[in-house]
Amino acid sequence: MATQNYKVIPRKPLRWWEKLYIPQVIAGMKITLGIMLRKPVTLKYPEERPTIPKGYRGIPTLVKDQNGREKCVSCQLCEFVCPPKAIRVTPGEIDPNAPDAEVIEKAPKAFEINMLRCIYCGMCQEVCPEEAIWLQNEYSLNGYSRDSLVHDKEKLYELGGTLPDKHLKWKKKAEAQAHGPAH
Amino acid sequence: MSEEQPNLVTINIDGKDYQVAAKQNLVEAAKSVGIEIPHYCYHPKLEMAGTCRMCLVEIGMPMRDRAMGAPVLNEDGSPKIGWMPKPAIACGTSVSPNLHMKTKSPMVQTSRASVTEFLLANHPLDCPICDQAGECTLQAFSADYGNGKSRYRDAKNVKPRNKSVGPRVLINNERCILCRRCVRFCREILKRPILGPIQRGSMTQIDCYPGQELDGNYSMNVVDICPVGALTSKDFRFKMRVWFLKQTKSICTESSVGVNTTVWSREGKIYRITPRRNDSVNDTWMSDSGRMIYKTVDDENRLTGTRRGESSVDFDEAIDAARALLSAGKPAFVASGKMSLEEQWALKTLAASFGGDVYLTQTLAENDGFLISEDRTPNRRGALVSGLVKDFESASVAKLGAAIDAGEVKTVFVCGEDLLEQGLDAKQLKKVDIIYLGTHKNATSEEATVVLSGRTVFEKSGSFVNQQFRLQRFDAAIPGIAGTHNELDVIAALAARTITDASVETIWLSMNKDCAALAGLEFASIPADGVLLDASPWAKLAFPETGSLLYKPAGK
Ligand code: SF4
Ligand code: SF4
Ligand code: SF4
Ligand code: SF4
Ligand code: FES
Repeated sequence: MATQNYKVIPRKPLRWWEKLYIPQVIAGMKITLGIMLRKPVTLKYPEERPTIPKGYRGIPTLVKDQNGREKCVSCQLCEFVCPPKAIRVTPGEIDPNAPDAEVIEKAPKAFEINMLRCIYCGMCQEVCPEEAIWLQNEYSLNGYSRDSLVHDKEKLYELGGTLPDKHLKWKKKAEAQAHGPAH
Repeated sequence: MSEEQPNLVTINIDGKDYQVAAKQNLVEAAKSVGIEIPHYCYHPKLEMAGTCRMCLVEIGMPMRDRAMGAPVLNEDGSPKIGWMPKPAIACGTSVSPNLHMKTKSPMVQTSRASVTEFLLANHPLDCPICDQAGECTLQAFSADYGNGKSRYRDAKNVKPRNKSVGPRVLINNERCILCRRCVRFCREILKRPILGPIQRGSMTQIDCYPGQELDGNYSMNVVDICPVGALTSKDFRFKMRVWFLKQTKSICTESSVGVNTTVWSREGKIYRITPRRNDSVNDTWMSDSGRMIYKTVDDENRLTGTRRGESSVDFDEAIDAARALLSAGKPAFVASGKMSLEEQWALKTLAASFGGDVYLTQTLAENDGFLISEDRTPNRRGALVSGLVKDFESASVAKLGAAIDAGEVKTVFVCGEDLLEQGLDAKQLKKVDIIYLGTHKNATSEEATVVLSGRTVFEKSGSFVNQQFRLQRFDAAIPGIAGTHNELDVIAALAARTITDASVETIWLSMNKDCAALAGLEFASIPADGVLLDASPWAKLAFPETGSLLYKPAGK
């Protein structure tokens, strides 16, 4: 190995008032006292919770529309786009007797998000053509086993709840169906 | 301009001269020089229809003086091009010398955008639930050539969705762009007009003629040729999005036709099989039954693991037991046309090292006159090419029966065939020890003393020789399922002294020295559409095939 050139810089000896330590203690106490008198910035988590800013990206969930219909049609775009491959969708056909079966045809048979893989990037929400997958404000996630952190379809809907839909694309389709030929 | 070669003409595309083959249309000519002309209704294997108008281009010819016939020149001396005032369809125009074509001009671009706008006027917003998404030409061309937004404010037409037109095919008429490829397929290829348009104008739909159904064994080809998601496969419906699927080139094992296929798989699971174009074998078609062969991979009869007598044993123990049986003397080997060429060659080496006769099975059924021949194995001719048997007559399984009765055989090594189906009887099977190497259970594997589980065509690579003596290669689409072994590894383990490396490539190195027909060939360089081998050494042999699409046996 090549020899390294270095210079030893000797530590300067303490001066007499530095040896007293008192000025340093006072300076420290000043900071402590100053902060004691300020409004505290820490929260007593978990009793106290922070306010979540708008656009926060918490855990991804699936939502239903105001009619209680599942919005996801298992197009698998979120599965494709998810960078850490946390999503796994098993596409399926919806029950042919369901009221909207004629117009929707497709829904997930199974839907899994592995929260141990998820990096909360929000790509799934951005890509979803049906606005079915949303990142919520929830951030605190824990479980007793690895399996319990793989959210299945039921869990995802439970966490997601309802999100009113402005477009109701499939309802329009059903109405057009009832209306018949347009031109 | 360069010298014109026979069968080549010079055409000018977007200001550049190209030499292209004569007697083709402009879509193909442009494609041959790497220029895409978007099209829906044109299909290389169907008659031209000109219904979609997506392929509109500007076409012109050098002008000539009407009276004198002399070329009209521009001021700078270049020939003056007479452009047609309106765009014309490229699919319906043949190449001709000095033809000029514009594929990027403003007129062409507006034509494409307008055609797209009309097609999308009534098109549903179905891509998220449409099986064609990802391989839909309407989706792709709308993105490439469309306007990017809709000006259409009226209600869309409603047409029957999700309607069954046959046992394996569904139609969604809202997605249909009325290119009529499916109609032409029925009329020209099936020679049975089943599908046709009904109603008029914007309500036109594709449906079956009264009392007809899209049945038969070639119905799923309409799913492949439909440029949109109107005709979809019931089998593949909502199974997987195509962008997740890996495509592997393969060969159909249904018969000696050797249909070229693409196997679509994801993470070790096969989702569908589609035909792969080969203009010398199957054009772009394939049977429905051939598409379903992937289901045999995890069939309930699939053999996994190794067995000796009644008990499961590990691989090495089974190999030792098999070697002991083969070494005990009087072995016989039963080969099959289902084996790959490499396996047949390896079996030849194995048989030579233990000194036993080789018999070759035969599986015959009716020819369907299109893409399924009499010989229902993909590689019976491979047994001749690899030198496994000299001719079919002397290797017939009937001779094995006689040899067993005469006590000349003590052990039979069977590759994937059921000897009962091949004409032996249960009593004869009881007289010998059987070593069975195959993928699925059958009466012979049940009788076997040692069972070794092999792999299906999807789980290994190799090559087949089809009825035309065309050598075609297939690649492994998925890894072998647990408990199975590549046949080549099994045979190599049994013939430990003669085959040291069982990879397909190494086997080829020995094989092309040993087999005259394969001289100079290499596994890695077998082209995608196969190579025709020299079949003259076997010209005198009788083959069962009576011909299929693109194949007529000599003298029949
Ligand atoms: S938030 Fe990002 S990482 Fe998490 S599931 Fe969605 S796409 Fe995947
Ligand atoms: S959540 Fe959205 S993107 Fe994911 S499969 Fe369902 S519809 Fe498609
Ligand atoms: S046919 Fe093509 S454009 Fe139409 S819904 Fe299906 S994928 Fe989308
Ligand atoms: S069903 Fe498909 S192939 Fe047939 S006319 Fe419609 S778009 Fe063309
Ligand atoms: S491809 Fe030329 S008109 Fe359809």
